[in-house]
Amino acid sequence: MSDLADLTISAAGVGLRSGEFSATDLLEAVHKRATMTEADLHAYLTIDRVGAAKAAVAAESAFRRGEDHGPLQGIPIALKDNMVTRAIETTASSKILAGWVPPYDATVVSRLKQAGSVIIGKTNLDEFAMGSSTENSAYGLTRNPWNPDTVPGGSSGGSAAAVAVGSALGSLGSDTGGSIRQPASFCGVVGVKPTYGLVSRYGLIAFASSLDQIGPFTRTVGDAALLLQAIAGHDPMDSTSYQGAIPDATSGLDAGVQGLRIGLITEMMGGEGYDPEVIAATRATVSKLENAGATVTEISMPSVDYALSAYYLIAPAECSANLARFDGVRYGLRVGGSTTEEMMANTRGEGFGPEVKRRILLGTYALSAGYYDAYYAQAQRVRTLVINDFNRAYETVDVLISPTAPTTAFKVGEKASDPLAMYLSDICTIPSNLSGHPGMSVPVGLDAAGLPIGVQILAPALGEPVMFRVAAEIERQAAFADRAVLATSAVPR
Amino acid sequence: MPEDESVSVPVDIDIARVARLARISLTGTELGIYEAQLPVIIDHAARVQALDTAGIEPTSHPLPLANVFRTDSVGDCLDRDEVLSQAPETQDHQFVVPRIMDEA
Repeated sequence: MSDLADLTISAAGVGLRSGEFSATDLLEAVHKRATMTEADLHAYLTIDRVGAAKAAVAAESAFRRGEDHGPLQGIPIALKDNMVTRAIETTASSKILAGWVPPYDATVVSRLKQAGSVIIGKTNLDEFAMGSSTENSAYGLTRNPWNPDTVPGGSSGGSAAAVAVGSALGSLGSDTGGSIRQPASFCGVVGVKPTYGLVSRYGLIAFASSLDQIGPFTRTVGDAALLLQAIAGHDPMDSTSYQGAIPDATSGLDAGVQGLRIGLITEMMGGEGYDPEVIAATRATVSKLENAGATVTEISMPSVDYALSAYYLIAPAECSANLARFDGVRYGLRVGGSTTEEMMANTRGEGFGPEVKRRILLGTYALSAGYYDAYYAQAQRVRTLVINDFNRAYETVDVLISPTAPTTAFKVGEKASDPLAMYLSDICTIPSNLSGHPGMSVPVGLDAAGLPIGVQILAPALGEPVMFRVAAEIERQAAFADRAVLATSAVPR
Repeated sequence: MPEDESVSVPVDIDIARVARLARISLTGTELGIYEAQLPVIIDHAARVQALDTAGIEPTSHPLPLANVFRTDSVGDCLDRDEVLSQAPETQDHQFVVPRIMDEA
């Protein structure tokens, strides 16, 4: 084995069980990779060397005792820094939470610990997950390992970059409008937004509660299924958590696509803002699926052209309510004032960054008296139209396919001063957040500039098995996983 | 993208008022930036008004959930001292804030 940091989760699991290497060896390889890459990439905000070393030793003794808690035992995993971790600083990349040490673990964190994973640390994000490039972090931007002049996407840019470069074997992100899938696409890794409610949001610092969902980043489709199964499941601490049986994402990975019906979303296959190379790669992917036995049809979903507009009313409205909790009273920053109200306004003025303020202001405006019906209520009706369009599509097809993002990774700074241009990079991912349906991005190739292209697979609610089945076939046809490992070694170290 | 120029109504947003409602103090520079940016974003968002939604029910949440109940039983709580250790100011196991009412 050349370098343990380049292993997939499933391959590492084999090595750990055969005794070829230990959990500590694996962690040390990942730490070494982080040491070589962090100065250039800045994927991490915090690396918990002490806690991770202890967890690796614990995994080793479990293996020695013959205890096996499943495929994640001894596997180093990174967490987006908007998931709270007991005794590890959690900031959501905001100054308002600088130095905050949470008194509890998010449910996903408890589940990973129970599964024997080794938590490496906390990854960088756009402040409070608001952004599409990880440039909105109060602690400095993250760069794309394929080309450090470009962004890794966002908001889960740190989690995507860490997996792409091998400073984590897998990671968790959160997806409110595309914040897992778009960075997965930009960084050439697999990223999954599960069905809303499948993964508990307890301990996820809330942005827009009716849209937020936690999901995995990995280098392969099979690894993503393993990680998803470990974190999915009912949680009484999240009232929106799904109570039924959890679909098995691993069930159809080898089944192929013979007889499956695939729909290509017409509205996402070109037009203003779409890179022709991305469209061509998406079409080529679909042709390969057709050759593999699937039937393909184009499906028009007129409402998706309005999804972005609806999203930029709904998400800010929910964020303006959720972020009211950052008031300088119970945790985080406090900036003084002569009255409580003045203290709160000063704290929030000083503690929040420009994009977070922009969205709170947008949401406050959209919800304020006189505008509520014209904006927020109308956006909620458009949300119904989007759901209706999806439901109609899924009457005739098993999955839908589109590009994950209209372009490959853009340059650092390119969209920083134009919020609307930045928002448009989520145009393909937002509709399924509004509908609550699952979606994932799989890398299929590189553009002329050598940057990864991702294809998005969407499925009906709880349709993870068929979504992963198609994703696994796309991965086999594209044979991209091998090249991603080669390309990471080209990163300046 | 469909063309909906007819529905873009110029919006004039009183940012200072919205910021007061949101309890965010803004500098003069920030006020200027948001006064320029927010109307552009709201203009784009206002495209939702172009769609005919007569008879369409609003969706506030992707799951048809209402009143999720659980048994009201005593369980473990967060450690009080650990929670209070993260607060900016405490006294006698309580959060301290500046005065709330005027001493009229």
